[in-house]
Amino acid sequence: MESLRRILSLIWKELLAILKDPKSRLTVIIPPLMQTLVFGYAATYDLNQVQYAVYDQDRSDASRRFLSTLDGSGTFKCIAVLSDESRISTLINSKTALLVVRIGPDFERRLLLGQAADVQVIADGRNSNTAGTALNYIGTIAADFTATWQKAHGRTNMPAQVVPRAWFNPSLETRWFMIPGLIGMLTFVQMIVITAMSVAREREQGTLDQLLVTPFRPIEIMAGKSLPSILIGLVQMTMVLFVAIFWFNIPFQGTLWTLYLGMLLFLVASVGIGLMVSSVALTLQQALLGSFLIIMPSALLSGLNTPISNMPHSIQYITLINPLRYAITIVHRVFLEGASFSQISSELWPLVLIAACSLWFALWMFSRRTT
Amino acid sequence: MQAHASEPEVLNCKGLTMEFTDERKQRFKALDDVSISIGRGAVTGLIGPDGAGKTTFIRLAAGLFMPKSGTIQVLGFDVATHPRAVQSRVGYMPQKFGLYEDLTVLENLNLYADLHGIQRKTRSERYRQLMQMTNLDRFTNRLAGRLSGGMKQKLGLACTLVSTPDLLLLDEPTVGVDPLSRRELWEIVYTLVREQGITVLLSTSYLDEAERCDKTVLLFQGKVLATGSPSQISAIANGKSFRIDTPAPLKPRQLQARLVGADGIVDAVLDGSHVRIVTSGNNPISENPAVEGLTMSSILPRFEDGFMILLRGIAGKGVESIRPPLPSHAVSAAENAENVVVEVHDLFKRFGNFTAVENVSFNVRKGEIFGLLGPNGAGKSTTFRMLCGLLPASSGKLRVAGVDLRQARASARQRIGYVAQKFSLYGQLTVMENLEFFASAYGLRKSRKKERIDWALTQFGLETRIGSAGSELPGGYKQRLAMACALMHEPDILFLDEPTSGVDPLARREFWSRINTLADQGVTIIVTTHFMEEAEYCDRLVIMVDGRVLASGTPMFIRGKALSQKGGEPTMEEAFIGIVEAFRMTAEDVKHDAPN
Repeated sequence: MESLRRILSLIWKELLAILKDPKSRLTVIIPPLMQTLVFGYAATYDLNQVQYAVYDQDRSDASRRFLSTLDGSGTFKCIAVLSDESRISTLINSKTALLVVRIGPDFERRLLLGQAADVQVIADGRNSNTAGTALNYIGTIAADFTATWQKAHGRTNMPAQVVPRAWFNPSLETRWFMIPGLIGMLTFVQMIVITAMSVAREREQGTLDQLLVTPFRPIEIMAGKSLPSILIGLVQMTMVLFVAIFWFNIPFQGTLWTLYLGMLLFLVASVGIGLMVSSVALTLQQALLGSFLIIMPSALLSGLNTPISNMPHSIQYITLINPLRYAITIVHRVFLEGASFSQISSELWPLVLIAACSLWFALWMFSRRTT
Repeated sequence: MQAHASEPEVLNCKGLTMEFTDERKQRFKALDDVSISIGRGAVTGLIGPDGAGKTTFIRLAAGLFMPKSGTIQVLGFDVATHPRAVQSRVGYMPQKFGLYEDLTVLENLNLYADLHGIQRKTRSERYRQLMQMTNLDRFTNRLAGRLSGGMKQKLGLACTLVSTPDLLLLDEPTVGVDPLSRRELWEIVYTLVREQGITVLLSTSYLDEAERCDKTVLLFQGKVLATGSPSQISAIANGKSFRIDTPAPLKPRQLQARLVGADGIVDAVLDGSHVRIVTSGNNPISENPAVEGLTMSSILPRFEDGFMILLRGIAGKGVESIRPPLPSHAVSAAENAENVVVEVHDLFKRFGNFTAVENVSFNVRKGEIFGLLGPNGAGKSTTFRMLCGLLPASSGKLRVAGVDLRQARASARQRIGYVAQKFSLYGQLTVMENLEFFASAYGLRKSRKKERIDWALTQFGLETRIGSAGSELPGGYKQRLAMACALMHEPDILFLDEPTSGVDPLARREFWSRINTLADQGVTIIVTTHFMEEAEYCDRLVIMVDGRVLASGTPMFIRGKALSQKGGEPTMEEAFIGIVEAFRMTAEDVKHDAPN
């Protein structure tokens, strides 16, 4: 009871210190909002009006059908029909076309024979992101075409091609993927920095010594440091959630309590990592550097920018200890897919494990360093 | 342009006024209509408590500020219109001199020589002179960060002098520097004046240093209180300084506590086993009821006495409100002899190869004021941190209130209070919020909490500052708040680490009278300091140098040690220097005698 009161007094002090100063109050609220808006508008990989040229050597019924599927997608715009191979490089080099679709002379014949028929797509790799997305999209269109062809011709034994398909974001808007992901990403960054800095600041200003000569126990000080950060994290994620639902009109499919429960576990794990950083860092500068040492790889390996399944196997194992990976999966599945508690439980227990390990390590380091 | 070669005055200012805006966006005058002139080749001291405007004046003279009104001429140039001409001929050493701690002594010198555009061929001769003068010639390849506090100041001075300035401006050059290094710094300053004809203007809040200046300017709240030679200032107290013998069961500090702030008494400080007082001189001292029945003798006044008379005339009595009642029964040390509350035996602390604390032993009894004296880096703070359980000891026995705080339950810390060397409360929180937080931290609640906070506010005169943020408090108030927070839970033992470092003379007097009151209430107080005269307030003390205890006992006993060596009545500072020099000498001998 006495211990609880002491922790409460620490929490109150911590919140006062963060929220009293108008400047630090703003740094808790404005950056997440701004980043959400900026990322929402700017970070879009969506394609519109991708200019391409066609070199159709087959000029068959099948090739025409394939090209019309491409045209019909609305994403691609045919700017030239070539009759000669040499023009391909001219078009690409001059950036007139991003893609050249080349259909071989035996396209229809091979399809009719039930063999794999190749469509060659030449892309301008100088803009790898757009090119990659465009290639992916053409892949999806090709698969659609294959499926339609098979149906029409009653074939089933064709070499099946696995193509990932966008289910829960039918219009493939990056925004739908990005903004819910930011709920995890932004709170992660802020949690780690706030927690790591708050302990380091006390260490640097000597107030930590002052705390340690009072009857506070290390575990109480840790609790008093974690809970305010978690509270702030919850407020921040709620803000991003509001922007996602009410500003960007992304339909929220799941239940709030599932999302909040998952995120709460994630916040505890993040704060644990923040405390771990702070238990090692002696100065503010070290704390800041340490935070970024954690944040950068965590963000890159979170699956928000690059799909985890595309990473090399060894790296995929590393992502297993990255709490952000689970948070982003949880948010995506609950937000876009409406996943229930039991459906995301496989993402929850790793978070519990990460939280337990990092908090234990921080407490151990903290006790060893101080008392 | 003026012919400055024949200009008799190095610095001349008239009606100088400087304004700043404080945290609450209110304007205040840091300097108010100041007119001073300084002749060539002398040491002028700017004397005054914190916030008197000393630093502002020096920065104006260095051309770093533009005055709000008035003029200031340095070496014949108007600083406002020719700041560069002034800066090229003035050496300025700020309070925190910008030494690069990761560079060696020589590299620091090179850097400042480059900045001042000193020719390479003239450098080596200049360096040789400077290094010899500052006694740093053996350390030219040592990293500046690994020099002691005093050596850093000397290096700072050497860097300031690479350009051979005509006027040297030193802003509190001796703050936080131990007595030995202080003495050396002063010797350097006088060598410069004598041998190179440099004019020196320095600021200090140490009143004993004022006596070493040729001329002093007393500043208070931005105004010039007086100017004159130290002896002229001392003369103000002619016939007003007395020494009082301490009557039997009282301790000198108890007598001092009773006299300080009494009517007609301007100042009362400890002087060995006596108390030295300065009267206002309005009425004959013999008629003052405060000294009734006490034996006293008239003594020669010193600078500090005159200063206090001038200051009290303006500032009034600062400490009246906390004048303690005489203890109903004077607790004698013998009564408490068995009551050992802090016990340190064969304490060692090593950091790698470096031994910070070596074989330290002492006992502190209940209700004592116990001092740890020594220069910076002597191991005082390290010992303190081990006592408070903030640092593990390498070996040895440590007992505070019967337990080792490092192993004891957290609740054992309820019995101690700790005031760290630098302000370590929450700067963003207000005075009230800090008090409330620490009250809760110590488990105080409801009426008890309110009672203690009210006590702290009145006792430390913080009522008017309830809403100020901790970081915005003036130095003296920060220290009061730190004390208030540490005393919130009425600890039995109070640890004070360098509580008076960087605190001006007025605030220091207040501080010690509070400490006296606490000790009389039975609180054990352990305090570190590098102000030697403060040792007089301790019941017992140890002198630490290089991690070792060189002497221990009552202030009288320690002064007596120097007495036998020198003759005459030594001050605590002289005793300290004597003890340290004797130790260093034998340490050198041991080094020489050793086969390797």
